[in-house]
Amino acid sequence: MNHDTYDAAYIRKILEDVRTIAIVGASSNEARPSFFVTKYLIDKGYKVFPLNPGMAGREICGRKVYASLSDVPEAIDMVDIFRNSAVAASFVDQALTLQPVPKVIWMQLTVRHDEAAERAEAAGVRVVMNRCPKIEYGKLSGEWGWVGGNSGVISSKKQSLHGSGKMQSLGIVKQ
Amino acid sequence: MSDQQPGFDTLAIHAGAKPDPATGARATPIYQTTSFVFDDAQHAADLFALRAFGNIYTRIMNPTQAVLEEKVAALEGGTAALATASGHSAQLIICHSLMMPGDEIVCARQLYGGSINAFNHSFKSFGWNVVWADIDDISSFEKAITPKTKAIFIESIANPGGRVTDMDAIAAVAKKAHVPLIVDNTLASPYLCRPIEHGANIVVESLTKFLGGHGNSMGGIIVDGGNFDWGKNKGQFPMLSEPNASYNGVTMYETFGNIAFAITCRVLGLRDLGPAISPFNAFQILTGMETLSLRMQRHCDNALKVAEWLSKDPRVSWVSYAALPGDKDHDNQKKYAPKGAGAVFTFGLKGGYNAGVGTVSKVELLSHLANVGDTRSLIIHPASTTHSQLTPEQLEKAGAGPDVVRLSVGIEDVADIIADLDQAMS
Repeated sequence: MNHDTYDAAYIRKILEDVRTIAIVGASSNEARPSFFVTKYLIDKGYKVFPLNPGMAGREICGRKVYASLSDVPEAIDMVDIFRNSAVAASFVDQALTLQPVPKVIWMQLTVRHDEAAERAEAAGVRVVMNRCPKIEYGKLSGEWGWVGGNSGVISSKKQSLHGSGKMQSLGIVKQ
Repeated sequence: MSDQQPGFDTLAIHAGAKPDPATGARATPIYQTTSFVFDDAQHAADLFALRAFGNIYTRIMNPTQAVLEEKVAALEGGTAALATASGHSAQLIICHSLMMPGDEIVCARQLYGGSINAFNHSFKSFGWNVVWADIDDISSFEKAITPKTKAIFIESIANPGGRVTDMDAIAAVAKKAHVPLIVDNTLASPYLCRPIEHGANIVVESLTKFLGGHGNSMGGIIVDGGNFDWGKNKGQFPMLSEPNASYNGVTMYETFGNIAFAITCRVLGLRDLGPAISPFNAFQILTGMETLSLRMQRHCDNALKVAEWLSKDPRVSWVSYAALPGDKDHDNQKKYAPKGAGAVFTFGLKGGYNAGVGTVSKVELLSHLANVGDTRSLIIHPASTTHSQLTPEQLEKAGAGPDVVRLSVGIEDVADIIADLDQAMS
């Protein structure tokens, strides 16, 4: 499929379908984007497994860190890759050896590897590249607009408060 | 909505403005509050560290303001926007994000007089130096670029002369030098012209004018085109590309990608300099924006009729309105603002300075005041008011010589506008 643009419905379905997310290249440095995203996805109710070989056995945001995808003790719905494009392919290939195979492989902003994406799609895995799940969740929920962002979403349906009951937290509305 | 791309008029009404999540209110509520309660200490810490989306304090963001920001970003085709107290404060925040003491900005001479003043005087006290160029000589922009240049600043349709700038040509100069092109789109509004489609990286506007449209609320906006690589040259834009000490080492461009400029303007510029828009003003401007297309087309249609009438009047020596065939900017207008040349233009009175002062003194329907982009028709004599700080040479370059009268043609019945001008010029 074309990976230059994605329909909002495609991204929405992914963020609705997945519950467990492994983050390759998660950082414990609170100023790093990978920490921001780890924290945000946990707050939105996803079960997040941070991956970082140098920190295996320790914790990020209260979640145990694993060295590699094969160490994660549960089925992974989505692999989110916070590594550069050159090495992204090796993580895609590792993900494709998992049983069960993840439903989604997501590569972060600036990360794109079209050949690896083709291999994943041939295995029935949905792929998103050069996007951030925090940003996409924010666009669909309405939180992106809170920072002046142009979500591209037009709707006459009420925005939905997140199920966590937090005051300043919107959720994705099932459509 | 379906995946069909919504049209401009649909965006003007709906972009950013979903029903309120707490109450279902269909119109955007006025969140007239200074501050927002945190869920818990961790939530507060996440907001202050930029880790979570959310509201802290209305000096930095506000939900009413946020709807306005998303709407303008959508209409301009940008990735994000930041609303401010006025157009001038928007310019200040843009320069604060881009420039360090000793840096330079290349500006078109054909700018609003208030902007010329700001660049010539106030901004100098920050150590930001302006180098002037001329839209009638594109090479003057190229010649003005130095290693210290941090941006090029132009107006799409220039105030007061109604000049239409060749944006594609100036965007090429900016791209070659790898500096952002900032376009003030106040007089065109996104209905007539969308500068990002012509290579602009940052759009700035006074919302006080056509976007609000009713002459009742001040506001300004910065739109991030999301199309500039802030990290290409190390050290060129340190506020965007270096770890920021006031946010524990967060790097804006790395963290916020194609909205990094808008975020930098908000969390470093607006946070520290403070010119926040009031929620009530944001609401008023939002209400105005819903009818932007209807008003703007009527402004243009009326302005063309007034310009045609003036150009045939023996008391008038010249009319500078780009929609008139034969105007030196007519080709640019057809290219950059094909739906119309806007409401603001100038004309010359054969009677010179005294005739100008006499005309603005005698109007009865038109209002003699220093604004543009109101529903009402407005008139001013720039040489004795908005541009009175400029030297005679600057007045000529800015299109504001002693015989010049500026109009902002409103959306009244055009026959009444012409009748009032006719009696005032007598």
